[in-house]
Amino acid sequence: MTDHHVMPGHHGAGDDHVYLTLSEAGPELDGEARWAYGTGFSDPLLGVDTTVPEGLDGADLAAYCLMLGDDALVLAQRLTEWCTRAPELEEEVALANLGLDLLGQARLLLTRAGQADGTGRGEDELAYWREEHEFRNVRLVEAPNGDFAHSVARLLLFATARKALYELLAGHPDPVLAAVAARGVLELAYHQEYATAWTLRLGDGTPYSAARMQAGLDAVWPLLDELFTPHPVELRIGADPSALREPVLRTLAAVLAEAGLTVPEARPLAFVGGRAGRDGVHTEALGPLLAEFQVVARAHPGATW
Amino acid sequence: MVTAPATAWDVAAAVPDPELPMLTLAELGVLAEVETEGRAVTAWLTPTYSGCPAIAEMAADVDARLRAAGYPEVRVRLRLDPPWSTDRITEEGRRKLAEAGIAPPGPAGPPLLRLGPTRHRAVTCPQCGGTDTEELSRFGSTACKALWRCRDCREPFERIKEI
Repeated sequence: MTDHHVMPGHHGAGDDHVYLTLSEAGPELDGEARWAYGTGFSDPLLGVDTTVPEGLDGADLAAYCLMLGDDALVLAQRLTEWCTRAPELEEEVALANLGLDLLGQARLLLTRAGQADGTGRGEDELAYWREEHEFRNVRLVEAPNGDFAHSVARLLLFATARKALYELLAGHPDPVLAAVAARGVLELAYHQEYATAWTLRLGDGTPYSAARMQAGLDAVWPLLDELFTPHPVELRIGADPSALREPVLRTLAAVLAEAGLTVPEARPLAFVGGRAGRDGVHTEALGPLLAEFQVVARAHPGATW
Repeated sequence: MVTAPATAWDVAAAVPDPELPMLTLAELGVLAEVETEGRAVTAWLTPTYSGCPAIAEMAADVDARLRAAGYPEVRVRLRLDPPWSTDRITEEGRRKLAEAGIAPPGPAGPPLLRLGPTRHRAVTCPQCGGTDTEELSRFGSTACKALWRCRDCREPFERIKEI
């Protein structure tokens, strides 16, 4: 073997500009595919064996993946709303990165949902062409960002609970869900760590920062309980989230104690006739979020760029 | 034109990572397996992070380079299990990262939830070899990188986060 097969871009330090490397490699690459950063996202489960394992109900698996996928999708949108609005540039980058992790999880889960229910709906169809009442996310993720401390509090709650859930789901009989969860545990550990660091910094900061952090916690705490309230679908095919209640609350209490903050005593936000986010019953915050999220796809159906 | 026969693995393994082009997909540990059956090739890639936007680009690059190397039937597939880990970055990959001014990751594993004063892993500056370094931001230009600074040479540098 000669250096014939050593590709451009292997020149070591100083010659690592992405676009330069791509254009050097140009003639060998298909012109369309080279711009895959803007296209080519058609199947996030490309070639993964997507047979639903025997003994698993496809409709239930789809419904469950939709629940988890919608949680991730809606929170990803809320996190990226911080772009151009975060207190520091580093926080903008961080929040966008966290949102990207969740968006990646959402893409896999929505794609899985569209396969498992037999409709063949893709991730885009599920993300852009469902109405508010068809979304299955918990209400915690749709709550408006509030100030930075509100968003930190919400992320602390969500990441702590979702990491604990993914630890259980990493052993799920559906290989796709198990793989998403196994990867997600590690990503959410970073999310939890980020939220914890800010909770400590603000809670243990000035009286003013502590008061705002406490207000953030007080605002989102009533939405925590829904994460632990099992929906029949979760009991049939997922993990019983009520098993997470005690360990998650213990972790959160330890963080708040270290930050000098108080565990809120707020009562859980009521269900409406026994129904909440998992049944498609949402707060008034979800509509505007979806309107913004879906507007381009709906204005230009089928458009690619 | 390819004059010497290259194995499909060699061709796919030499594809540079779109975001860390000093590394090949094999050195990054993204290339999981290449299977040849007659003239048909199937290559499996394992994405780094769930939301890594570069995976479609990687798949297209592997596809294009295998075809250019004379393999008429190419399929690129994803393999999600086992998940990618920074432990899959090869020694050569780590050396190239450091050479390019990016601190390679330590042993894989997510951050432990730590209460109390923040302590970071000891990271050596890839520019000057100094060990008096600090984290500026856990999140950098891509999901896999963090931004650090060396107090010895005063230069900022990136490092690959353990996952």
